[in-house]
Amino acid sequence: MSFLTKSPWLLHYDGSSCNGCDIEVLACLTPLYDIERFGIINTGNPKHADIFLLTGSVNFQNMDIIRNLYSQIPDPKVVVAVGICACSGGIFAECYNVLGGADKVIPVDVYVQGCAARPEAIIDGVVKALGILDRRYKDLKKIKVAS
Amino acid sequence: MKHFIIAVAYVILAPFIGGILFGIDRKITARMQRRVGPPLLQPFYDVLKLLMKDVQVVNRLQIPAILCHLVFTIITGFLFFEGSDILLTMFVLTLSAVFLIIGAYSSSSPFSFLGAERELVLMTAYEPMVLLTLIGIYKVVGSFSLYGIISTGIPLIIYLPGIFIGFVYIFTMKLRKSPFDISASHHAHQEIVRGLTSDFSGLTLAMIEMAHWYETVFLLGLIYVFFAFNPLAGVLIVIASYFLEILVDNTFARFKWDKILNEAWLVALILGGGNIVALYVITRG
Ligand code: SF4
Repeated sequence: MSFLTKSPWLLHYDGSSCNGCDIEVLACLTPLYDIERFGIINTGNPKHADIFLLTGSVNFQNMDIIRNLYSQIPDPKVVVAVGICACSGGIFAECYNVLGGADKVIPVDVYVQGCAARPEAIIDGVVKALGILDRRYKDLKKIKVAS
Repeated sequence: MKHFIIAVAYVILAPFIGGILFGIDRKITARMQRRVGPPLLQPFYDVLKLLMKDVQVVNRLQIPAILCHLVFTIITGFLFFEGSDILLTMFVLTLSAVFLIIGAYSSSSPFSFLGAERELVLMTAYEPMVLLTLIGIYKVVGSFSLYGIISTGIPLIIYLPGIFIGFVYIFTMKLRKSPFDISASHHAHQEIVRGLTSDFSGLTLAMIEMAHWYETVFLLGLIYVFFAFNPLAGVLIVIASYFLEILVDNTFARFKWDKILNEAWLVALILGGGNIVALYVITRG
């Protein structure tokens, strides 16, 4: 276990979601679920973040913003798509302005199902992402050593 | 030689003490909000994680400025515990704060810019009280050195109650705690994202955090000076004032900058200035 998995900081971005998933993400911070137990902090700053949490589908207006935010997060980083909208576009998938899920613009590591995704599921998804974060760090180190 | 050893011990031990203090802080804060809260060692995990992250710098000035911030903060505490002039110590502390602001100004991010501006407001708010504290201490014991003050055995708190309260008041600003957390907040979101620290990540953010640990331990040392005639009382007061900071942090909403400036100067004038005038009148009469 590296320190990455003990202090993951989240960046939460709301795409074109109905706000259902966002409320569930914020519910994770409440005393009932208290994700700070795991050292997780919901930071509003991509430069401090390790995990990029996306809710809602991607449309033509926010795709550049999502790419921009993703590129500002220092490596190693992981992306968690929360809710059906962020996974595949959900009920908005057919809309003329919607591209689809988050994986249309950035690589997504963990998909959390549900409409809206439950706080338990979100926490599960984040914990799963931690394993990937750890692996990514080791891979990055190998690349650095090799080069 | 003995003082030199204490100063070296400060440089080595302060980050551990500071980190644990911050861990306790987060734990107590969580308990006050009926949460479980992170593990006690969380601040260490955070900093170690930040060191593992990629180094992302926005310009050439960032790393040198923050390195200077950290180094001058360490020198501040070193000089203080080594028994140098407290006046000099405080100037070095101000210098270190200036380097942090320069680092924040160097980025083009409006959040970081605004944070730096607000930090400057905070500095103008607390500096008068810092100066009055030093003047008060000198007036009573006639010495600017830590060990000179302690060796006189004068109970400073009896002569300087107003100044002590004023100093604990600005301690909140130095810790960047609510209601004075306008430049950068430890908690969740605020309107200027992470303010001062918005454009720092990884290595630089870890250095800022460590400087904060050093600074906190040094400031607690300065609080101890008021009760140095009785070590036990001193330690208890230090713990009590830290707890008070946590309580205030959790019960107050953030002030606006103009209110902070007005109040801090009023506190400095009434408690600090009043205390010195009273001292002057009493000792003359
Ligand atoms: S998945 Fe459901 S709850 Fe979540 S944003 Fe989409 S429509 Fe709303």
